Amino acid sequence: MTPNIVILHPRDNVAVALGAIAAGETATAHDGETIATVADIPPSHKIARVDIAAGAEIIKYGEIVAVSTRDIRRGEWVHTHNLQSKVWKR
Amino acid sequence: MTEITGYARPDGKCGIRNHVLVLATVSCVTGVIQRIARDVPEAVCVPHAYGCGRGGQRDLEILFRVLPGMVRHPNVGAVVLIGLGCEVSSTKMLMSLIGDAGKPIEVLNVQDDGGSLATAKKGAEAARRLLAHVAAQPRGPMQWADVLAGMECGGSDAMSGVTANVAIGAVADWLVGQGGTVIFGENTETIGTAHMLARRAKTEQVMRQITDMVDRAERLTHEIMGDMASLVISPGNMDGGMSTIAEKALGSICKGGTTTINQVVDYAEAPTEKGLILQDGPGYDGDSMTGLAVSGAHIMFFSTGRGTPAGFPGVPVIKVASNSRVFHAMRDDMDVNAGVMVDGTPREAMRDEMVALMARVINGEPTQAERHGMDVFTFMTVHPPF
Repeated sequence: MTPNIVILHPRDNVAVALGAIAAGETATAHDGETIATVADIPPSHKIARVDIAAGAEIIKYGEIVAVSTRDIRRGEWVHTHNLQSKVWKR
Repeated sequence: MTEITGYARPDGKCGIRNHVLVLATVSCVTGVIQRIARDVPEAVCVPHAYGCGRGGQRDLEILFRVLPGMVRHPNVGAVVLIGLGCEVSSTKMLMSLIGDAGKPIEVLNVQDDGGSLATAKKGAEAARRLLAHVAAQPRGPMQWADVLAGMECGGSDAMSGVTANVAIGAVADWLVGQGGTVIFGENTETIGTAHMLARRAKTEQVMRQITDMVDRAERLTHEIMGDMASLVISPGNMDGGMSTIAEKALGSICKGGTTTINQVVDYAEAPTEKGLILQDGPGYDGDSMTGLAVSGAHIMFFSTGRGTPAGFPGVPVIKVASNSRVFHAMRDDMDVNAGVMVDGTPREAMRDEMVALMARVINGEPTQAERHGMDVFTFMTVHPPF
């Protein structure tokens, strides 16, 4: 299957959608890793690769980009509704 | 390994172009420069909005760094300097700052050389004479270790940090691995990443400089924009999937690659180290490119997702499209399509294609911006004009 997500760093707990992915579709990375999506993922938005506990760090580019504000399930959309900035609260 | 060639300069540097630069000292002579550009299109003619009317110390410091830096640039083989006569950055002042540049420099002043038309005529004659002079200079072998590449992004979209900047970062790592130099900056695009960049600092001093730079950018953004500061991550950024300022900044700084940061330099300041260099300069495209070029960048990679035609006088700028749509929609402005990375092209393959292109461009192949004359020349100022 054509890849529809990209994993920017092996340590990342989120992947980036290359186009819109509907809930229930399979997200596939270039290396063959698959994630069953449980929410609609807009283009270039983040999808959880693993279950992420409330208060855990969101890792993208191998770096901390945010902290989760609630439990996030594998396959969920990760954005401002379930994370917050560690720098400027917004 | 791809062979590259350039023009050996008396100061030990090597240029990848051998341009005749026709440079204004002040905005007042813009029309003169434009006449010369029409007469002698082979010359790199640079009018600008600066040179007088600003007395702030920081502005003067930058002015006296940028204009001499353009003259000394290794891609420039000869210069016609066109002054007015009564400006702050007069030809006399600039020539004393330039010193021995190891290249012919012809100086004209509109107030002393018979007015604008006569000066334009003399300037065009000088430019033609110097073009014949530089044409006689042959290319010689150049080492990758002598190459300084500037990394820039502008008109970014949500894919810039997923495709184009990631590919540019891979090129940066490659060039640093060859012993070369990579310089990247845009301090407002580093907000929220101080701890990540500082961790990569070569020394404690560099670590402190990085932290200071990011803190200053954060503070200044707050001072100037107040409650609007958070808009440096815009609604459009958020719609594109960026959730935090740190995430946005990571998408920008990844174009510097992953190697140790050896030095932090001021705006338009030449590094004394090789490897990866961070420049404390603004993110606005024209101002940022001038900072990188005057620091000595022979060549620049410039990622764009919305699409910008901006090039730089005398310095080849390789435009890297972050998505296939903009690559095809602005085909005359784009050199590389990193958008194919979403179709499965691995970053290593993208890097190899871009390194091969960099070698061809160093060896003389024009970029789209060079081919079509899309030069932009602006630089940073911090005070209002008087």
